[in-house]
Amino acid sequence: MEKRIVITGMGVTAPNAHGLEAFTEALRAGRSGIRHIQEMEDLNFGCQVGGIPENFEAVRKSYFDHEKLMSINDNIGYASVSAIDAWRDAGFEVPEGDDDRVHWDTGVILGSGIGGMDTIARSVVPMVNEGKVRRMGSRIVEQVMNSGTSARIAGLLALGNQVTSNSSACSTGNEAIIDAMWRIRTGLAKRMLAGGSEGASPYTWSGFDAMRVICRKFNDQPERASRPMSATAGGFVPGAGGAVLVLEDLETARQRGARIYAEVAGGAVNCGGQRMGGSMTAPNPAGVRRCIQDAIADAGISPHDIQAINGHLTATYADPMEVKNWSETLGRSPADFPFINSTKSMIGHCLGAAGALESVAVVLQLHRGFIHPSVNSEDVHPDIAAFAAKIPQQAIDMPDLRVIAKAGFGFGDVNSCLIFKKWEEK
Amino acid sequence: MEENKIFQEMIEILRLYAKDKTHLDQSTMTTHILDDLKVNSARLVDVIIKCEDVFGITIEDDEADKIRTIGDAVELIKKKL
Repeated sequence: MEKRIVITGMGVTAPNAHGLEAFTEALRAGRSGIRHIQEMEDLNFGCQVGGIPENFEAVRKSYFDHEKLMSINDNIGYASVSAIDAWRDAGFEVPEGDDDRVHWDTGVILGSGIGGMDTIARSVVPMVNEGKVRRMGSRIVEQVMNSGTSARIAGLLALGNQVTSNSSACSTGNEAIIDAMWRIRTGLAKRMLAGGSEGASPYTWSGFDAMRVICRKFNDQPERASRPMSATAGGFVPGAGGAVLVLEDLETARQRGARIYAEVAGGAVNCGGQRMGGSMTAPNPAGVRRCIQDAIADAGISPHDIQAINGHLTATYADPMEVKNWSETLGRSPADFPFINSTKSMIGHCLGAAGALESVAVVLQLHRGFIHPSVNSEDVHPDIAAFAAKIPQQAIDMPDLRVIAKAGFGFGDVNSCLIFKKWEEK
Repeated sequence: MEENKIFQEMIEILRLYAKDKTHLDQSTMTTHILDDLKVNSARLVDVIIKCEDVFGITIEDDEADKIRTIGDAVELIKKKL
């Protein structure tokens, strides 16, 4: 009989909140974490707004001593704080220095889209170019290597199972959860931390500004800039942060009396092959449909069971197509459509962290029985006007909320879809 | 700079990296940096860079390779000052 996978802990460092209670409250209130970013203005970016977790310097210093901080760049900071929060939330303690025990049955899959860009841009490139390699110090490699986040977390928590950083662009966070789910399903681990993170370096965001895909139209009104599903959407708003979920085999969770937030009922990943309308930067609709269908099949539910969708919905031209894709794939007309929201409307697009941050938002909504507003969508795009009634403008209380679908579509035409179910002890 | 002052500065430089802090405060010139103070060998380059900055000197790689004890470091620094 297939193992059931449940979520027993979460940690979140989001542009609009640090911690589960603050994040829940911010989601309910529709509170934006998007601000004007002076450095982007100084560097002549077209987009001069972004979502960066607030007061994070102080947070980092409260979690880590000076010696550790020297190896913890922005990206690794968000990942590590979120992982420690999730670990404690699951009922575990961060080991003391002299504790030599290893958790052989627990691993971590946590990736980024871009990664240690701040270290590369501010240390590696200038120092190498100045011929000062010998002065760079010993901490560069562990901060720029792609697996820097997962490696640091493994050391903090003494993890002894698979420790890796996946990467699939905007799909990274979702994919981490799905890979972690499979690791536990196959019995190779009892517990996996899964999530994503992304640093807040303008260098990370520069490539998107160069493509003109991030929003340049609301530099003077940051909180209105991220507008998924809106007629006046102007591209996505870049964001940063991290989130971690602790996935566990149900039996293990029950044996130790863990508190269970929700069930990861199923999920699927695929790629659209960058054909049939897909490209490096745009999804093949057939690939998206297959991914959603595969996730639904894996979860053993019917398309009509889905009561809410937390979309990829980045505030680009692709949003109306995504909504219509959902409608066709689920076989549900506008009148019959689930509620649909975008957490990106409040936190921007946090790239490698997006899927993880938004999955935490999904689990909190299921656990607390509400659907958060999709802010800045008061002027719904005309192509999806028929769906307007299903796009919440205010938080909706829904005590009987049981099933939410979460999707992510990334550069590379990669897709991911998760089905989360409310946990009800029978 | 007199030898005792160099020694005290070295202790402070090593404070961040020594896992055995008790041993650090009881150090002598014969204290072994890796074996006694349990400094992570990967961080030795950081210790050398800090010495260069604190004392305003340059330590070549082959000179650094010969340092085993606090006394070895102190002697080298004394020669360069």
